[in-house]
Amino acid sequence: MKYQSQAVAKPYFIFALALFVGQIVFGLIIGLQYVVGDFLFPEIPFNVARMVHTNLLIVWLLFGFMGAAYYLIPEESETELYSPKLAWILFWVFAAAGTLTIIGYLAVPYATLAEITGNDLLPTMGREFLEMPTITKIGVVIVALGFLFNIGMTMLKGRKTVISIVMMTGLMGLALFFLFSFYNPENLALDKYFWWWVVHLWVEGVWELIMGAMLAFVLIKVTGVDREVIEKWLYIIIAMALITGIIGTGHHFFWIGPPEYWMYLGSIFSALEPIPFFMMTVFAFNMVSRRRREHPNRAATLWALGCAVMAFLGAGVWGFLHTLAPINYYTHGTQVTAAHGHMAFYGAYVMIVITMISYAMPIMRGRPNGNSPQAQTVEMWSFWLMTIAMVFITLFLSAAGILQIWMQRIPESGEALSFMATQDNIAVFYWLREAAGVVFFIGLLTYISSFFVKGDEVVVAD
Amino acid sequence: MAERFTKSMARNIYLGGSVFFFLLFLGLTFDTIQALPERDNRENLTESVAHGKKLWEENNCLGCHTLFGEGAYFAPELGNVYQRRGGEISDEAFIGFFKGWMNAMPTNAPGRRQMPQFNLNDQELEDLAAFLKYAAGINTNDWPPNIEG
Repeated sequence: MKYQSQAVAKPYFIFALALFVGQIVFGLIIGLQYVVGDFLFPEIPFNVARMVHTNLLIVWLLFGFMGAAYYLIPEESETELYSPKLAWILFWVFAAAGTLTIIGYLAVPYATLAEITGNDLLPTMGREFLEMPTITKIGVVIVALGFLFNIGMTMLKGRKTVISIVMMTGLMGLALFFLFSFYNPENLALDKYFWWWVVHLWVEGVWELIMGAMLAFVLIKVTGVDREVIEKWLYIIIAMALITGIIGTGHHFFWIGPPEYWMYLGSIFSALEPIPFFMMTVFAFNMVSRRRREHPNRAATLWALGCAVMAFLGAGVWGFLHTLAPINYYTHGTQVTAAHGHMAFYGAYVMIVITMISYAMPIMRGRPNGNSPQAQTVEMWSFWLMTIAMVFITLFLSAAGILQIWMQRIPESGEALSFMATQDNIAVFYWLREAAGVVFFIGLLTYISSFFVKGDEVVVAD
Repeated sequence: MAERFTKSMARNIYLGGSVFFFLLFLGLTFDTIQALPERDNRENLTESVAHGKKLWEENNCLGCHTLFGEGAYFAPELGNVYQRRGGEISDEAFIGFFKGWMNAMPTNAPGRRQMPQFNLNDQELEDLAAFLKYAAGINTNDWPPNIEG
């Protein structure tokens, strides 16, 4: 570790991984509820468990991004973090707010939680992914401001690199667009339109900047390729991400009220959204093949390459499959959407955070050359278990979705099967998905266990 | 990439492209907001509908159902539930069905997906029904493809 204050990333990463485990436990619960409908009812109804599943994902990724920034920004800026103490305070504030929110979801009915947290004063709850109470949202804004101040001040007093500027831009965009979560008009069409300003402009916009910066940072470290080359790639990747992704928001506007022209704009621009992800894949493999050194942390390199490939498959290919309006007309809101959501989030954002953890964590634990070969072997096993399991989750959900469309969507009214009758007919794919989910969970436990594998110290001859 | 393609060119594409397309997005948003009054059924957005929307949110209905295809995929689409469950006949038919349904939950049928009992009173159920009727009147470019949602 070049700067002592980078170590503040460690609690962020550890807490992120703990929440990741929680996320998958609740994923297994809702996956089972798809086929055993009354499982854990009425103690944990589906809507509660699903909210925990998705909210934990978002919160742990945010912990991961913040940890990554606390590690990356001082190193890029070549200076200590402005205030490690502030980073620690914000860690506890965010961890407490997140934990209390999850406890709130599980302890009382959602309507009661809305009541006791004063949702009446500023109603923002009850919209997908933004279910957290208004006071939690305010807490997130405060944490984000303190965090941006901290890394911003660090950057100001040090070297400014393309990677740190792109990372900072992405994080500022993340905070900025989150503010739209406070806008909840009574008009449903307007509500939905601006809800996408948070959700789409996050995951298909500014988060790609964060991802690109993290990927570029790790690739410089593990390949030793010239910074100039990597930064040029980073610019062109994020250029394509924003050029396609901003107007690409239109692919969410087909069926929620806005005018017809969004069907053309949304289809055309979002059809181009795979380009930046494809470029990331080419970029990652290119850099690794042009590497100037054999970095002993092979696990981190594997995660970086895997991330680029899986992001392209999940976000790029699976996104493209149902993004054109005439196709989306039938696929919208089916299991095809769920399939895409799973692989895209895993490939792009879960894997980039793990890539960063895989690179930075050994260094913070006093192993500058990476974990022992034994620990890396376990970690690489977990990579394959989780990644292959996610491929199968995606394939099974896609199969379920295609059959759902065939039975429920394509026939005329009167001949189409009802939603629930369709669900009964595709149950076998939900069982298979759940089995793949169990494999994913085993992979995750394997990953966690890799942190506890001792083995031989890696010594590199200079 | 060829050496003639420099880092500053890449940076300019990024800055110019993102600013241009963000401004275009703002312009299109402005246009959309101008067009919405013709499409979003706001003339029927009564106080009852607004209260119904709040009940919809505070009971996390989207945690299982979809509304215009957005939400969870565990329970039926509700953007057209008004038409599907009696609204084509009359308001009373839909409201009657809706109250009966909500009050009968959960079914407790073994192994079946369960909808919780939300303990809403008569007025609240009518407001929620009014919200679903209002939603059904929004122009969604003919989505969903059929009555099953």
